[in-house]
Amino acid sequence: MSREPVDRIDARRLDEADIDALAIGASILGTGGGGNPYIGSLRAKQLLRSGGIIEVVPLEALAPDAVVVSVGGIGAPVVGIEKIEKGDECLQALRALEDYLGRPADAVIAAEIGGSNSIEPMITAAQAGIPVVDADGMGRAFPEVQMCTYFIYGHRPSPSAIADEKGNRVLYAQVKDMYWLERLARTTAVDMGAAAGFALAPMRGDFLQRFAVPGTVTQCLELGQAVARARAERRNVVEEVRVSQGGVRLFDGKVTDVRRELKGGFAVGRVRLEGTDANSGEKAEIDIQNENLVFRREGVVEASVPDLIIVLDADTGLSITTEVLRFGLRVSVLALPCHALLRTPEALEVIGPASFGYPEIAYRPLARERSDDATLRR
Amino acid sequence: MIRIGIDVGGTNTDAVVMSDRSVLHSVKTATTEDVMSGVLAALQGVLEGSSIDRSEVDVVMIGTTHFTNAVVQRRDLAPTAAVRLGLPATASLVPMVDWPVDLRESIGNHAYLAHGGHEFDGREISALDPEELRRIAADIAAKGIRTVAVSSVFSPVNTEMEKRARDILQESLPDAHFTLSSEIGRIGLLERENAAIMNACLRDLSRKTVRAFREALAGAGLDAPFFLTQNDGTLMSAETAEAFPVLTFASGPTNSMRGAAFLSGIKDAIVIDVGGTTTDIGALVSGFPREASVAVEVGGVRTNFRMPDVFSIGLGGGSRVTIDPVRVGPQSVGYRLTQEAHVFGGEVLTATDVAVAAGRANIGDPERVRTVDAVLVQEALAVMVAMVERAVERMRLTPEPVPVIVVGGGSILVPDRVGDLNVIRPEHFAVANAVGAAIAQISGEVDRVFSLAEMPRDEAVARAKAEAIERAIQAGADQDSTQVVDVDDVPLAYLPGNATRIRVKAVGDLSVA
Repeated sequence: MSREPVDRIDARRLDEADIDALAIGASILGTGGGGNPYIGSLRAKQLLRSGGIIEVVPLEALAPDAVVVSVGGIGAPVVGIEKIEKGDECLQALRALEDYLGRPADAVIAAEIGGSNSIEPMITAAQAGIPVVDADGMGRAFPEVQMCTYFIYGHRPSPSAIADEKGNRVLYAQVKDMYWLERLARTTAVDMGAAAGFALAPMRGDFLQRFAVPGTVTQCLELGQAVARARAERRNVVEEVRVSQGGVRLFDGKVTDVRRELKGGFAVGRVRLEGTDANSGEKAEIDIQNENLVFRREGVVEASVPDLIIVLDADTGLSITTEVLRFGLRVSVLALPCHALLRTPEALEVIGPASFGYPEIAYRPLARERSDDATLRR
Repeated sequence: MIRIGIDVGGTNTDAVVMSDRSVLHSVKTATTEDVMSGVLAALQGVLEGSSIDRSEVDVVMIGTTHFTNAVVQRRDLAPTAAVRLGLPATASLVPMVDWPVDLRESIGNHAYLAHGGHEFDGREISALDPEELRRIAADIAAKGIRTVAVSSVFSPVNTEMEKRARDILQESLPDAHFTLSSEIGRIGLLERENAAIMNACLRDLSRKTVRAFREALAGAGLDAPFFLTQNDGTLMSAETAEAFPVLTFASGPTNSMRGAAFLSGIKDAIVIDVGGTTTDIGALVSGFPREASVAVEVGGVRTNFRMPDVFSIGLGGGSRVTIDPVRVGPQSVGYRLTQEAHVFGGEVLTATDVAVAAGRANIGDPERVRTVDAVLVQEALAVMVAMVERAVERMRLTPEPVPVIVVGGGSILVPDRVGDLNVIRPEHFAVANAVGAAIAQISGEVDRVFSLAEMPRDEAVARAKAEAIERAIQAGADQDSTQVVDVDDVPLAYLPGNATRIRVKAVGDLSVA
């Protein structure tokens, strides 16, 4: 007898408090970008109130041949806060794929856990009545869709689909490679009003068990809960976040300068920091390109992509996105090690410093590693 | 020029008379339930005290937290209809979805979604449907609602849909007031719409309040024009204030910071405003309050107004002092300070008592705090100093020494130095907010997305600047003194054509004909 495509025995149902925690955690893992999860969290809470069920299952729950689709919003963050979703854009993209394949998907997974696309797959899963997997393809946020482990480790880019609120569904039946998919989908998304739902080519359960970054929904929840706990107990939020994730506190300081410019459609810039507290007298810089990319102390690189560089408000512990960074802000800079899947030679070719325009920076992994790296299955 | 500045706070109504740049006289009176009699008392008090002839008064400026308090306390709010244009987009979140339930219910929770709205690049999401709007208008009329907020997707980029929808709705609702979201807020649909709905629900109150101000002026024998101060420390006409009461929401802290800048002659500083229950700390940059960069909540509702970046701590003249461990605030005796504090014969040990016991101030009867334990006094002082230092450090912009200006009734609580920074206590510090109202200027603003594929950035900025100056002059600014005070451009990621959002603000002195 063949097993169910998804074993729901270890499924966890999320409630409204979980959504709040998730939004906080997702904005921290957004490493300065990824979009604001606020609107997504409102939508998810509204869905729960009207009887929707968000069920999260671990990677282990997937049968080897389970059909899992990664969905998310595609477009410009500034459009996302103005042209709010009709609500079923991602579901329509998923349906376009299912119609093409002639079978329904068994589960949904995020491509990017950092920022606004952490919550979208949960909404889609609840609408479709299937679970969402506790994993994603980045463990953070990156600016482009090909920068996820699914594609780095050889997943095919087609068939994929994109849908808007007007009833348009576009299916990419055959796409040459992931760069073409990014390019075609980006152009279509702009035509659709720079806000659309995107469903990536279906993946098998056994593929995801090898190549998805595991446990990242749980990680978001833990991060959000750590922040809430520290606030309730009036403890230092930044320290609580660092300890809960085994990160490194790189720098405490004030923003003394922010420079931004547009390069190829991305907000590129540099932030200068002057040390306070333990870092008094020191200077540091963070390079940004939608996300925080490189941290330098006195000109020396101490952390870089794909490791996570996280800027938190020193007082509230809330994550600060690159758009709101401004002169005078007091911040704490944390670094969290990325998952081992993001540091292999294949991965670094796509998401290492060189691919963001820093050929001179040789990626050196952060000293501390997350414990779940040991359980990595390759 | 003779100006009168009035600050109508929750507890006190303060007034000052100024002749050009000098303060002639000031008074503090109690705020009254009807607003009018308190303002009248303050006006009469300050006119008598300064012996200025009523006919000499050129202009009256009023700052008020009345509308903010109405929202916070959920009182005097009118049943309001919220009509949003954007279908089929935006259906997932209806208007007022993120409001506190009690506030949403207090204005009836009447939300309508209709077709319309624009894409980021100016295309229509869908065409406006006049029939649909007429059906909505009929429903609004049947419910007896007389104030309507209209929002539309990307209306800050193109205001045309909101205007057309208003015209259609108005045909069936001839007596209704309309607030268009594009008249108030910037990009960010929910926040801008929230501001428009709050504005709409305050329209009854704003009409009454502006009339009360007008009557108070008449009652005091003044026929000078009067203005209200808005969030950014600049003025709007009484008519504008009646139409846009939300624009006064943050005027309280703004006026006290602007007043502090004026009274001290310092344009870049940290300002500490010590009240009875809380202390507000803000930063002055070029004479204006620094703005907050994150969404600011009013009465539990997210808005995207320009609000001063103010950090509040629970320390004031009436803060209760407790022992084991020694703590000051956040509980406070508030306006009952003059009955409950030791120095006034009461039984509660307050921050004011500690300041008097330490010899910092001479208020009430110092004899009454002679028996307070000296160690406790020193410890409580240290706690207060630490609270202020931490908050000032938070608002400080640079490691270079920046002056600290202390204003407000409770300013004796602040020592002469905060960390490494010198403290300045200007004359008339207790009525800095009324002074801030009296010296307010006129502004004009532009906030729009420009496509840099169509024109170079310099040209886009130049256009925005010219338009902001023109708007300020139209609003009543004197042409010669009007200048651009703020330019901010944010490139919009992922959009083709190098779309850039440019925000410009111009400010000038009030021109008095």
